[in-house]
Amino acid sequence: MNIVVCVKQVPDTASKINVKEGIVDTEGLESVINPYDEYAIEEALLIKERLGEGKVTVITVGPERAKDALKSGLALGADEAIHLIDEAFKGSDPYATALLLAKALEKINYDIIFCGKQGVDEDHAQVGIALAELLDLPHVSVIVKLDISEDGKRAIAHREVEGGKEVIETSLPAVFTAQKGLNEPRYPSLRGIMAVKKKTIAEWGAQELGVSPQEVGREAAKIKMVEAMTPPGREAGKVFQGEEPGEMARKVAHLLQDEAKIL
Amino acid sequence: MDFELSKEHQLLQRAVREFAEAEIAPLSAQIEEKKEIPRNLIEKMAEFGLFGVPFAREYGGAGAGEMGYCLMMEEIGKVSSSVAALLGAHIGIGSMAIYLDGTEEQKRKYLVPLARGEKIAAFALTESGAGSDAASIQLSAVRDGNHYVLNGSKIWITNGPIADVIGLFAVTDKALGARGGVTAFIVEKGFSGFSIGTIDEKMGIQGSSTGELVFEDCRVPVDNVLGQFGAGFITAMKALDIGRMGLGAASLGGAEAALQKSLEYAKYREQFGRPIAHKQAIQFMIADMATEIEALRSLVYRTAWMADTGQEFRRLADICKLFGSEVASRAADRAVQIHGGMGYMRDYFVERMYRDARIGEIFEGTNEIQRIVIATDLFRELGVRIRP
Repeated sequence: MNIVVCVKQVPDTASKINVKEGIVDTEGLESVINPYDEYAIEEALLIKERLGEGKVTVITVGPERAKDALKSGLALGADEAIHLIDEAFKGSDPYATALLLAKALEKINYDIIFCGKQGVDEDHAQVGIALAELLDLPHVSVIVKLDISEDGKRAIAHREVEGGKEVIETSLPAVFTAQKGLNEPRYPSLRGIMAVKKKTIAEWGAQELGVSPQEVGREAAKIKMVEAMTPPGREAGKVFQGEEPGEMARKVAHLLQDEAKIL
Repeated sequence: MDFELSKEHQLLQRAVREFAEAEIAPLSAQIEEKKEIPRNLIEKMAEFGLFGVPFAREYGGAGAGEMGYCLMMEEIGKVSSSVAALLGAHIGIGSMAIYLDGTEEQKRKYLVPLARGEKIAAFALTESGAGSDAASIQLSAVRDGNHYVLNGSKIWITNGPIADVIGLFAVTDKALGARGGVTAFIVEKGFSGFSIGTIDEKMGIQGSSTGELVFEDCRVPVDNVLGQFGAGFITAMKALDIGRMGLGAASLGGAEAALQKSLEYAKYREQFGRPIAHKQAIQFMIADMATEIEALRSLVYRTAWMADTGQEFRRLADICKLFGSEVASRAADRAVQIHGGMGYMRDYFVERMYRDARIGEIFEGTNEIQRIVIATDLFRELGVRIRP
């Protein structure tokens, strides 16, 4: 069973995001592997462990520093890593990212493809689904449970929907995007972390993937970010004190009704 | 000069930090109260790989070297001094003695399960009449066929009551003393004639298990002689070099936690209408803590780098222990002062930290002995031989 997990490096959710001249300033940002991708990697490792055989490959599109996300995957127990890296890939939108991943996947064997349900940085939630479309594969998104049949040909995935649950059966290969709750991601073992330096990370550029620079990157983007801005800061809360309680309550009720429009 | 940690060490540091915060920190108060580190936490720590950080991969370790060991001890020292003591005694001295001087067979038999955390190690040198004066140990080992017969007792042994494997130091030739008369042995807890004596009640690190080991005609196979016969004191000193460096690293973590708690408290605690962070008296204590922490961090990392690159690091390891334990004690003292009455309240984090820090100045060689050893070493370079 060959399992491929598409991962993305994102800013640590605990870090403070600065916007400079309309774009997010990534300088000095602490980066981590996208949290939803951790569920995807864990599920891949669990399937491999359950079957007692197989190979887990992590793959990413990103600049040099994105190798850290691949290393995190290798430390957790992934067997191989592929880094899609090229100057021409810079500024790729979700469609171009999916296209690059699809080109890479055409070159390797796969039975299951996992993605996190979305990157926590830009929250497009498009790459996994676009990838399935480009590879002409079935997909089930936002899954919280996955069972693979004995023969490895079919899968039953559970997804949470408003007020209920959907159970979907699909043939394999297929693309699944992982939601929180799918499993409990493990810690990388310290042995696993120190083994990373012995594993190689393949690097594939535009030439290896057979894509023309015009198809991907900033120029080819079908969507463009017009501007990024930080939300306005919250104003300090209003405090009433020292007045007659009934009067203060009236003032609070007034604010809730007319300004906050909660009542 | 390159102060950047390797990618692997950065990942290790982050992973240990996350593990310590998620798995150990929530239990740290309970560990002290129950005076025990829960078995299932030890199992999680073993699975994660904490028990074999510096050891080679072929022996079940992570292969992270002394730098990895120090980074790990720093992170653990931030959340629980008791867990740091468990790991320090297990890795830094107990298992380390076997790693440094064990035969291939001994490493396969003992080090592998120790590095995997399936078994716990202790290091037994101190006796009632031999503390700082370690060369005065009395516990005797007499050859009888294929065994040595051990008689005597060891006291205040960290991990002693819970250890499966003990690196033990015994007198094999009283006339030779420390120079050729002390031999190291590997003792299993199941050996006949071995038992646990008094279990100690301590001022701090109460979750760490400390006690007396009693040997009454305890029979140890000759195959369990560790290192060269008669060279046990050298094995002990080599293991203690690593142990003292690790103690410096755990002290670094403790001091960092004391600073962090103090910053948070000073930011919120209001007196005279403003947070106490605005008081110069508080700022001075905070700045002094930060200054000493930065100096200690540079010292510990450099010592680990010296050890990993095969350079002589003994004096630096002694300095790590001496300076580290005193930085941690001063930081804990300042943290209590900054917290005021709150800092004196039982089971508040800084009150515990204050009690925990004190042992660092005593165990693995008192700071007085460290000072003598450091000075003796410096004078030796000038051709002056200092006499005890």
